[in-house]
Amino acid sequence: MMRVSLKWLRDYVDITIPVRELADRLTMAGLAVEGVESPGEGIEKVYSGKILQISPHPNADRLTICRVTLGQGEDLNIVTGATNVREGHVVPVAVEGARLAGGLVIKKSKLRGVESRGMLCSGQELGLDTSVMPSDQAHGIMLLDPSTPLGLDIKGVIGLDDTILDLELTPNRGDCLSMVGVAREVAALLGERLSLPDTSAVGSGLEIEGMARVDIIDPGLCSRYVARLFRNIKIGPSPAWMQDRLRAAGIRPISNLVDITNYVMIELGQPLHAFDYDTLKDGHIIVRRAEKGEKMVTLDGSERNLSEDMLVIADPGGPVAVAGVMGGLATEVTEKTVNVLLESAHFNPVSIRRTARSLGMRSEASSRFEKGVDPVACLRAADRAARLLLELGAGEVAPGAVDSYPVRSVPKTVVLKPGRVEHVLGVEVPGQEIVSILRSLEFTVNDSGGELLVTVPSHRQDVFLEEDLIEEIARMHGYNRIPYTLPAGSGTIGARTPRQSLEVGVKDTMTSLGFYETVTYSFTAPSTLDRAGLPPDSPLRNVLRLQNPLSEEQSIMRTLLLPGLLEVLQRNASRRTTDLALFETGRIFLPSGDGQLPLEKQVLAAAAMGSAPSGWNRAGQPHDFYYMKGVLEALLDRLGLRGYSFAKESGHSLFHPGKAARVTVGEAVIGVLGEIHPDVLENYSLPQSVSAMEVDFEVLAELSGRPRKYRPLPKFPGIERDLSLVVKKEIPAQDITRTIRKSGGQYLQEVRLFDIYHGGQVPAGCQSMAFSLKFQAEDRTLTDQEVNGWMTTVSEALAGQFGAGLRS
Amino acid sequence: MGLEEKLQQIQARALEDMSSAGSLEDLNEVRIRYLGKKGELTGVLRGMAALSSEERPRIGQIANRVREEIEARLEGRLSQLKDSLREKRLSAETIDITLPGTVFGTGNLHPLTTVTRQIEDIFLGLGFSIAEGPEVEMDYYNFEALNLPKEHPARDMQDTFFITPETLLRTQTSPVQVRTMEKTAPSLPVKIIAPGRVYRRDDDATHSPMFHQIEGLMVDKRITFADLRGVLQVFAEKMFGPETKSRFRPSYFPFTEPSAEVDISCGMCGGEGCRVCSHTGWLEILGCGMVHPRVLEMSGYNSSDVTGFAFGMGVERITMLKYNLDDMRLLFDNDVRFLAQF
Repeated sequence: MMRVSLKWLRDYVDITIPVRELADRLTMAGLAVEGVESPGEGIEKVYSGKILQISPHPNADRLTICRVTLGQGEDLNIVTGATNVREGHVVPVAVEGARLAGGLVIKKSKLRGVESRGMLCSGQELGLDTSVMPSDQAHGIMLLDPSTPLGLDIKGVIGLDDTILDLELTPNRGDCLSMVGVAREVAALLGERLSLPDTSAVGSGLEIEGMARVDIIDPGLCSRYVARLFRNIKIGPSPAWMQDRLRAAGIRPISNLVDITNYVMIELGQPLHAFDYDTLKDGHIIVRRAEKGEKMVTLDGSERNLSEDMLVIADPGGPVAVAGVMGGLATEVTEKTVNVLLESAHFNPVSIRRTARSLGMRSEASSRFEKGVDPVACLRAADRAARLLLELGAGEVAPGAVDSYPVRSVPKTVVLKPGRVEHVLGVEVPGQEIVSILRSLEFTVNDSGGELLVTVPSHRQDVFLEEDLIEEIARMHGYNRIPYTLPAGSGTIGARTPRQSLEVGVKDTMTSLGFYETVTYSFTAPSTLDRAGLPPDSPLRNVLRLQNPLSEEQSIMRTLLLPGLLEVLQRNASRRTTDLALFETGRIFLPSGDGQLPLEKQVLAAAAMGSAPSGWNRAGQPHDFYYMKGVLEALLDRLGLRGYSFAKESGHSLFHPGKAARVTVGEAVIGVLGEIHPDVLENYSLPQSVSAMEVDFEVLAELSGRPRKYRPLPKFPGIERDLSLVVKKEIPAQDITRTIRKSGGQYLQEVRLFDIYHGGQVPAGCQSMAFSLKFQAEDRTLTDQEVNGWMTTVSEALAGQFGAGLRS
Repeated sequence: MGLEEKLQQIQARALEDMSSAGSLEDLNEVRIRYLGKKGELTGVLRGMAALSSEERPRIGQIANRVREEIEARLEGRLSQLKDSLREKRLSAETIDITLPGTVFGTGNLHPLTTVTRQIEDIFLGLGFSIAEGPEVEMDYYNFEALNLPKEHPARDMQDTFFITPETLLRTQTSPVQVRTMEKTAPSLPVKIIAPGRVYRRDDDATHSPMFHQIEGLMVDKRITFADLRGVLQVFAEKMFGPETKSRFRPSYFPFTEPSAEVDISCGMCGGEGCRVCSHTGWLEILGCGMVHPRVLEMSGYNSSDVTGFAFGMGVERITMLKYNLDDMRLLFDNDVRFLAQF
């Protein structure tokens, strides 16, 4: 984020278009303007005024009466509770009818019996951001420079007659983290000339030579280090104009010297650091990596453990600053500082980024170094600071600079073939326009027989390739002037793979069966494994753990989908929806060996609670085991899967051991279904039973791709017979059906269980089951006698195998 | 009384009896009474034998006329009675059609799925296929091969969940670009979209630590930035309506150059400016650009022969725009009262 004061920006470039239009042009050129602020908007009738006399309030100890002049007109008596004002102070005075930030209107009033004809204002009341004001002024009355003329509109006095553009810069445009950088873009966009700030500074006294020395031990991490020496510094506040500008940029004014370094950083983008020269041993700067175990106390007062991959600024006695990140406390500029050594250096972006991150210290300086500052600008920035020091009359500048520049920055040259511009953009940009765009951005362009040799200016650390130049051309030409075309060339067919179509089919089937699709997080809490009742040795307890989760609740990758659905059921139940059916398709994550990516398995999970919707003419089917089984059967049938069977599953911790099944086709396990184990229900505070299933998508996909073939419709009528038998309850229906099929002969086409009955005349421990059997031949009509024969065989087989008795 | 007179009488009585018959049974009785074997008309005809040979044909004619008349009336009365009976029955069977219909539980696709499918279908129609990749991804595919070496400042744009120093939860669907190109190179064209879950360390009303992206990639001999504009304009019109406009703003992604962010005209206000579009008239929907030459090279293509474009969009963002949602967390809360609205 870069806050750009329009007033300040006008120092470097003429802006003749309205601010809104400027904001649009910048946005459309890649410097996104996220906001336009007018901090003084709405503030009226507040003037600079001088306090002539302060007298006690007759009726209140905490109030005083200030006689104030605005330089003309009659003096005003204003009652105030502020304690930081003295006679002679110049302060913002809101007169009758004034409007303050937030719309407050000032009226003539009586305070404890004394008439008050206005109000003395704090910075906050004028809409200033208190976080960037000196702490003593943040809440008390704002004290203005005593030399401020009286009666001036306060907006002009404290810089509120400004407009601030909030730029959201992309990380490649470190060069625009400066006023001059933004001005350069504006100049190129508007075809205006850029004027650079004055950097001339006349030195006096002894040369820096002999007073300071710089040794760069690790030129890989510091390619240049410029030092300048300032003497006889008078530390004090910086002038109002500088404070206003810093505040506008979001930086808190501190003291003239610190403000100068910050001002230059905002102006030119080059971070500076000021050392108290007299605290540096021998005036000797050594730029080196920290030694193992080395420590230092940084400006914020905390002791930092340094490591060998960090670059430090040291003197012969040890580190005095973490290079490019933060200064040291011992060499800090204080009110007592007399002489200053100013650092303007270029550090390796990667090293700064790594150091700032491992120390947890991000600063305005480090974030600029990370994005790459202009290595050529070090000296200019140091000179600019010297110039400002003289302008402010804050001290003297020693002639000369120490400029240690072991790795000279070599200008990059990129070859640009004009044909390539059209090749990439799909539109021809005239050669002349290409050249003028690049030149407006300070690229040097030489035509070398059709190819352009383009030299990249040192502030554009982000430009390396022909494509980078093409982007510059495109954005200045205007992205939206590039036409819309459709790709030529070979046609392709877009289609889902069978596997992708399967997923579409599964979801559509599930919704048509009344299930709502949910999307839950792929990560979960470790406690989920316990709530799901997984035994200690369960392979599903082998999970992927996040190194840096947002919370414990989201710290492992799921190995099961169902717990997520149980949570959703619980949440809905707590909102009084207890009849519902849900599903999700998503991945589970099963760790593989070291250094391997985990196995990601696509899974379908469904869970249902309560019962299916009921109405006045139909009872809702309970969402029990059989409901879920029916759903799974419907799904498998819809997918054309044949030959699946169910086996009792009593070892799955999520499910009721007596109400769960495993679904298999041959050897392959498709999934499990059942009613959720009562313990798990309790773990999830679910008010009633839940049926659920989890199905392995990969297996489903493998099995379901088989083509369907047509079977001729029967030409001869079939014969249906019912068979009612009484069997022991524990005999599985599947076994009975199998026996019927086996003994029913080749013409038995269909066996359907249509009724189950307990009690009445059925003996205890038994149940009556009624099956419907359909016999049919492809080549003839079967006779009753034949069918009777087969029915007898079936009855005998059932009687023999299960002791089943026929019921008539 | 002569026969002729008698016949007249029979006809008159029969007609009267028929009109007063209130049921099919009554009517049948009437029929038997007059036309039956022992019926009155039959009786009269039997008495014709006694007539002279001059009288017989005349009376016979009259008798036939009377029979026809009775039969015709009988027929008419029968259908009249049937009609009125049917009407009675139907009216007795009338039900309250305002009672609610039988309730079928119909579920719903999650809105994110619905929107993803719409987007997929648009690009399938443009000849793209759908590619997939792992959600737990190697640093190499998620960052390095996308021109984001370690310590690249742009890594800050995507706060990352790490599993190990070299594996992470993918922060974008872009690694599928690289995996697809590696598999396909040097063949052409590459034309895919890649939908899927992505993860970033961010959680508030406008960010979710898990969300969905759809990546697009097209690589071929002569793919241009203008083609990218054309394809995305087609997408915008199909997705948001034929009157939708799109605009490109320069932006920055390490894996594209030039890069752009795409805005569409706000559908709420038609570009006039409203709360939804923060009074700009435009809504940002995706990022895109020409595939960076380094990415092409790393994935096995010669960047001087081959160009390509790539784009990536947030499915949540588009879903929120389509349904005018104001809180992203609703999408992951799975409240059925919410899910049932789509």
